[in-house]
Amino acid sequence: MDSSTDPIADPWGARTPYAPGTPWPARTDLHLAEGIGEEDVERWVRSASLLHSNGDALDIAVREGRIVGVRGRAVDRVNRGRLGPKDLYGWQANHAPDRLTRPLVRENGRLVETDWDTAMDRIVSRTRTLLDERGPGSVGFYTTGQLFLEEYYTLAVLAHVGVRTNHLDGNTRLCTATAAEALKETFGSDGQPGSYEDIDHADTIALFGHNMAETQTVLWMRVLDRLEGSDPPRLLCVDPRYTPVARRADVHLAPRPGTNVALLNALLHEIIRTGRTDPAFLDAHTVGYGELASRVEECTPKWAAEICDVPAAQIERAAELLGGARRLLSTVLQGVYQSHQASAAAVQVNNLHLIRGMLGRPGCGLLQMNGQPTAENTRECGADGDLPGFRNWQNERHVAELAEIWNVEPDAIPHYGPPTHAMQIYRYAEQGSLGMLWITGTNPAVSLPELARIRSILAQERLFVVVQDLFLTETAQLADVVLPAATWGEKTGTFTNSDRTVHLSEKAVEPPGEARADLDIFLDFAARMDFRDKDGGPLIGWRDPQGAFAAWQRCSAGRPCDYTGLSYDKLRRGSGIQWPCTEDAPEGTARLYTDGITHAHPDACESYGKDMVTGATVTPVEYRSLNPDGKAVIKAAEYLPLHEDTSPRYPLQLITGRTVYHFHTRTKTGRAPELNAAAPDVWAEISPAEAAAQGLADGDLVQVTTPRGALRARLRTTAIRDGVVFVPFHYGYWDTPEGYRPPEGTPGRAANETTITDWDPLSKQPLFKTAAARVTLVARRGTGQGGKADGTGTAGSTA
Amino acid sequence: MNGIGITLRTLHDGERDLEHDLLAAAERHRTEHEFHHVATDVARWSREHATRLAALGREYGLDLPGPREHPTSGALAALREKASQALGRRPETGPVVLHDLRELHLAAVRNSLHWEMLAQAAQATRDRNLLELVSACHPQTLRQMRWTNTMIKVLSPQLLVGA
Repeated sequence: MDSSTDPIADPWGARTPYAPGTPWPARTDLHLAEGIGEEDVERWVRSASLLHSNGDALDIAVREGRIVGVRGRAVDRVNRGRLGPKDLYGWQANHAPDRLTRPLVRENGRLVETDWDTAMDRIVSRTRTLLDERGPGSVGFYTTGQLFLEEYYTLAVLAHVGVRTNHLDGNTRLCTATAAEALKETFGSDGQPGSYEDIDHADTIALFGHNMAETQTVLWMRVLDRLEGSDPPRLLCVDPRYTPVARRADVHLAPRPGTNVALLNALLHEIIRTGRTDPAFLDAHTVGYGELASRVEECTPKWAAEICDVPAAQIERAAELLGGARRLLSTVLQGVYQSHQASAAAVQVNNLHLIRGMLGRPGCGLLQMNGQPTAENTRECGADGDLPGFRNWQNERHVAELAEIWNVEPDAIPHYGPPTHAMQIYRYAEQGSLGMLWITGTNPAVSLPELARIRSILAQERLFVVVQDLFLTETAQLADVVLPAATWGEKTGTFTNSDRTVHLSEKAVEPPGEARADLDIFLDFAARMDFRDKDGGPLIGWRDPQGAFAAWQRCSAGRPCDYTGLSYDKLRRGSGIQWPCTEDAPEGTARLYTDGITHAHPDACESYGKDMVTGATVTPVEYRSLNPDGKAVIKAAEYLPLHEDTSPRYPLQLITGRTVYHFHTRTKTGRAPELNAAAPDVWAEISPAEAAAQGLADGDLVQVTTPRGALRARLRTTAIRDGVVFVPFHYGYWDTPEGYRPPEGTPGRAANETTITDWDPLSKQPLFKTAAARVTLVARRGTGQGGKADGTGTAGSTA
Repeated sequence: MNGIGITLRTLHDGERDLEHDLLAAAERHRTEHEFHHVATDVARWSREHATRLAALGREYGLDLPGPREHPTSGALAALREKASQALGRRPETGPVVLHDLRELHLAAVRNSLHWEMLAQAAQATRDRNLLELVSACHPQTLRQMRWTNTMIKVLSPQLLVGA
């Protein structure tokens, strides 16, 4: 990075302006450990960022067997050499002194070090006992959005066909499930329609609940470079916070949390009323427009203004912007996905593009974003509550294909219902029918809603918990067996970002101690369990990443996420490549649906859809009669009142979110000194007016209370909507004296102590942005209570 | 009272009961979070149906009360909530969830058949108001049925086998 800029103070760095339709200029960012120059680096090893979903290509600098820095890869289509603060500093966590180096097992209530044989034997023996005594439904797997494709695919085969359980999901349920569901509802199948290059061509960019500046810093650099260049795009921002995106927006709507469907219905109403639809596109490529038109007929800006508490004139201005766009790019993220009526709202953004005919052309892009670096692979490999290769559990032919690929009988693959989603897996554990939960690379004891409940579930004597991770996380401290895993830079594999770009990430250094790659752990388990196919051969025949990749390629063949044209060698020769990549499209595919809708046919689609309110599944017969030719399905949705609204006791709405400096529960970023120093402790944001009304001031220690629990944080006043309190969700307890929970008798600092257990009935994504809360004073600023940092510094206050 | 009037009354009572039963089941199964929240959402449809049936009933000389007052959240409700949370930790309560979903499904089917009867009668008598009401409400009853059916399908394997 340009040495004059500090990526903590300015995460987006220097501008390289460019004009519409021209390539985004390169800018190579670099960070090396203190005292190391580029000439000191012995090897550069190919990889990409694993701390957000953007997929920034980078090379890992290695010296004397250690990672000593990273450099962006200028040739890559995703970042053209740029890196964000987490990319530049996050790698230091690999060498943190408290990495797990040996397996742990619980003895007399305490976790003690052991060898791999002992740890694996315990897991295998418990799995066998449960399968014998209670059947496959008693075993569940909860994985992540940060393993590699090869690992997810192996896990999916191991769980679905080896163990034969239906209970396999990822923490991608928390970040990306609604993106997948919205795409399935509209296009019949998952698969990101747009491409990051659409930023280069768009004349209008609409960001719905997507604080791109903090979630994907490098993508936001691309937008900033367009804004500084000639003929810049116009921006619409929908966000209750005055984010860096909002500051650059031509129109910023800050609706009441939970009212996205009302707002979007009004925008659709205006576009239809002003005749901005594309009848030829609608006729050729869609079904269901009539229902949408009648559903939104009454949804005037005035009607929505009442519900959303946004001036009707602002809604009209936003609709004018969207309606006047010639090349419209929309992006959607957690402000929609983790809010009330998540899927119904995300689907309305799809509808916006369908009725305007803005799809499959440069600049006319739709990006239902991902929240995690490898979330896309969890989805496509079937480790996330779907079947591998975007196959449809209700379609017997799809299940038969999988059975053939795996050489098993179709009824050996559980498909009597949808694969169980994460929140339901935890419910089964709570209710007692699940006897074992194997958690890989994630930290539910901080990241799931209503933490007191989650801790009590994980701590149950009757539940055998396996945790596979890099550190002794809050969750690991509650486990019966802890397996030390290798991570990024210590193992080889591929992963895929939000716009379908596949990168190869190669092993640069050895993992610490006895830590092993997740793939090796899964293969070891499969071997010990002796999983067999129907002819008695090994169910999982591969032994290394490349073998797993080849197996996955075969599984992906002919599906939307076709990898058959890719190889490790090809990815080594060039850089990131977008799937589908086949013999016919050897350089990959920039945009889906350039020539009509391709995966929605009843025989091909991944899902027949769900009811927009109840989540009830549509039957194959209904789908076939609604959409016989496999067009895009326009699904209308009615606005529903909030499940938990404000009251005199809880007058505010609580929303949680992230800061640019941290990822997930700070397991890595909290161990990178620059990132940790930038945002060391939790804070709570309310508006100055709200603070004044309650006699609160910046730096006061406050308590945020909901019907579930409370947390304490320093107060920051920001230009957030009145009536809303924001708390970042990253902070837990691993770096506090208690280790995995709040101090006895005092509220803790994890946002999820307070969040509600409620999820979208379609995508099953938990709703972190709709709890009712109150904020009260604990101690004035400077009174020294409540922790080391006052949380009011400049760092992390980019919102 | 003719047959249409009798059917209107029966359906009105059915929707009134279904709203009550959905809300009661939602309360009973607070620890089944999706059941709890969606039951509350779709109870709203039955409430609206009972209101609209009561309004239309006046044209037929019926004096229908419309939906019930909502039960106040008092000590009894708090007690019920506590009980539901304690029971939610026991595997043997799984079949209770399925039983309740079955009863709700059957109640919705019953209402659906009455909507069907009214739709036919409305067409035969060219009664536009009645037909409009049926067209607006009956699809929501069908959605209540699909929801309960989906929930039963998804939960049965675990709740019947897993315990």
